[in-house]
Amino acid sequence: MFPTATETSFQEKVDQDLNIEPKDHMPENYRLHLIRQISQHAHSEVIGMQPEGNWITRAPSLRAKQILLAKIQDEGGHGLYLYSAAETLGISREEMIEQLHSGKAKYSNIFNYPSLTWADIGAIGWLVDGAAIVNQVSLQRTSYGPYARAMVRICKEESFHQRQGYEIMAKMMKGIPAQREMAQDAMNRWWWPALMMFGPHDSDSPHSGNAFKWKIKRKSNDELRQRFIDKTVPQAELIGLAIPDKDLKWNEAKQGYDHGEINWAEFKQVISGNGPCNKQRMAHHVKYHEEGAWVREAGAAYSKQIQENK
Amino acid sequence: MNQQNALYTYLLRLGDSALIQSHRLSEWCSRGPILEEDLALTNIALDNLGRAQALLRYAGEVEGKKRTEDDLAYKRGERQFYNNLITELPTGDFAYTIAKQLFIAAFESLLFTELSKSKDDTLAGIAAKTLKEVKYHLVHARDWCYRLGRGTVISNSKLQHAVDELWMYTGEMFEMDEVDATLLKEGIAADLAPLKPKWMEHVTAILKDADILLPAGEFMQTGSRAGIHTEHLGHILTEMQYLQRAYPEAIW
Repeated sequence: MFPTATETSFQEKVDQDLNIEPKDHMPENYRLHLIRQISQHAHSEVIGMQPEGNWITRAPSLRAKQILLAKIQDEGGHGLYLYSAAETLGISREEMIEQLHSGKAKYSNIFNYPSLTWADIGAIGWLVDGAAIVNQVSLQRTSYGPYARAMVRICKEESFHQRQGYEIMAKMMKGIPAQREMAQDAMNRWWWPALMMFGPHDSDSPHSGNAFKWKIKRKSNDELRQRFIDKTVPQAELIGLAIPDKDLKWNEAKQGYDHGEINWAEFKQVISGNGPCNKQRMAHHVKYHEEGAWVREAGAAYSKQIQENK
Repeated sequence: MNQQNALYTYLLRLGDSALIQSHRLSEWCSRGPILEEDLALTNIALDNLGRAQALLRYAGEVEGKKRTEDDLAYKRGERQFYNNLITELPTGDFAYTIAKQLFIAAFESLLFTELSKSKDDTLAGIAAKTLKEVKYHLVHARDWCYRLGRGTVISNSKLQHAVDELWMYTGEMFEMDEVDATLLKEGIAADLAPLKPKWMEHVTAILKDADILLPAGEFMQTGSRAGIHTEHLGHILTEMQYLQRAYPEAIW
């Protein structure tokens, strides 16, 4: 089959690194791929508010509480503009939330792990947001305009989040033995799930083919994971945290670290619903969405009255 | 009562109210009826937290025992807290939070207007910054009162219920004792007596526009000026102070 004229102009634009905008022609699968990816990204920001929100009322200083609250608020804001970016593709926020609740739409697996101690707040900021940034920096050049622009804004805030997470870890590593223990324990629990955030190895990645051709994706899972490891290992060493990987070593030839085997069986378990918090996270989101229904109805009824009285 | 002690207590009252109010509002994180409200309520929580930090820091300076804002927030017990009772009541549903916000923000917009004229420069500075914030808090609460009060039968009844439940905690905000008297003489504190009719007028007008009836009850609950609280405060502090209490030598 020869490509049609409109497809050619779409692919030409992509090849010339021009952004695709909401009113431009785009292949249906491009649109669907983006809806899946952007809504997953938005849901991740929103579900991620739960493990971090778990520590707001127990934050150990007023400053720590202020930074954490502001950070979580940023995440909610990211969720908002990602939902808006996805809406330009012809899907409503309400539909996306329905898809989340039905299980059709996913969110990042990482938030199916629990935040057990205050050090987890450090680890989430440093490792989870750190891994997210690596991915998001490359998405600033993604081909869909509204998504790329949302990423530029998000990246600015995420680098602040990563610094606050690292600051928590650094402070705890300078603290009393109980704090150092807590920090290392959080490192041990979050390191591997953070590596899994980049998804399966390139050889096993099901969605990559068109994503590269359409320049939605710019770097492969393994490339991004490598970048994250190389950036993070020296940061851990600097504050005295051990990386929980006995096979981790510097590879002079590739000028990067080699790492041990990722536990893909665990990854598959968590993705298929058997992580420690999958049910809890979803039940929480459903519960508060349903509890808020009467408020949304009141808001809608009131707006309607105002419109009618104009 | 000397002026230093009076000012210290006065600052604790203001600071504790902001701190506990912030705590309750922060409980909305990931629980809002829509994402926008999640953000709005935690934003108001952040404003309150910033105010609490400034007021408690200054209280520590006035006390002169080198206690920081964190020492005061995390290392006092429930009988040494002086926040208004209304701030510590459980979060409740969205209508309950909005009614609370209306009563508190209407009071605070009057209070901080007065305090921004205080002869104590530090307090006046904090008040001027706070005033900008609470004006927004009041608009936010007022607009939601209209939406809930006039939205649906259900939302109206929930807001009415919240207003009825909270009414007996509104009188305490205007209580004055010798702490206020000592500072009033120096032009530092706000005279709350003339604020009460203004508050009543403002709140009555908003509730009327929201189709909500003013509660008839005249009984007003009291206690916080003497550090006598509801049972809820102890649980807030248990949660809030847990890490500081469990690891007293740690710096976070």
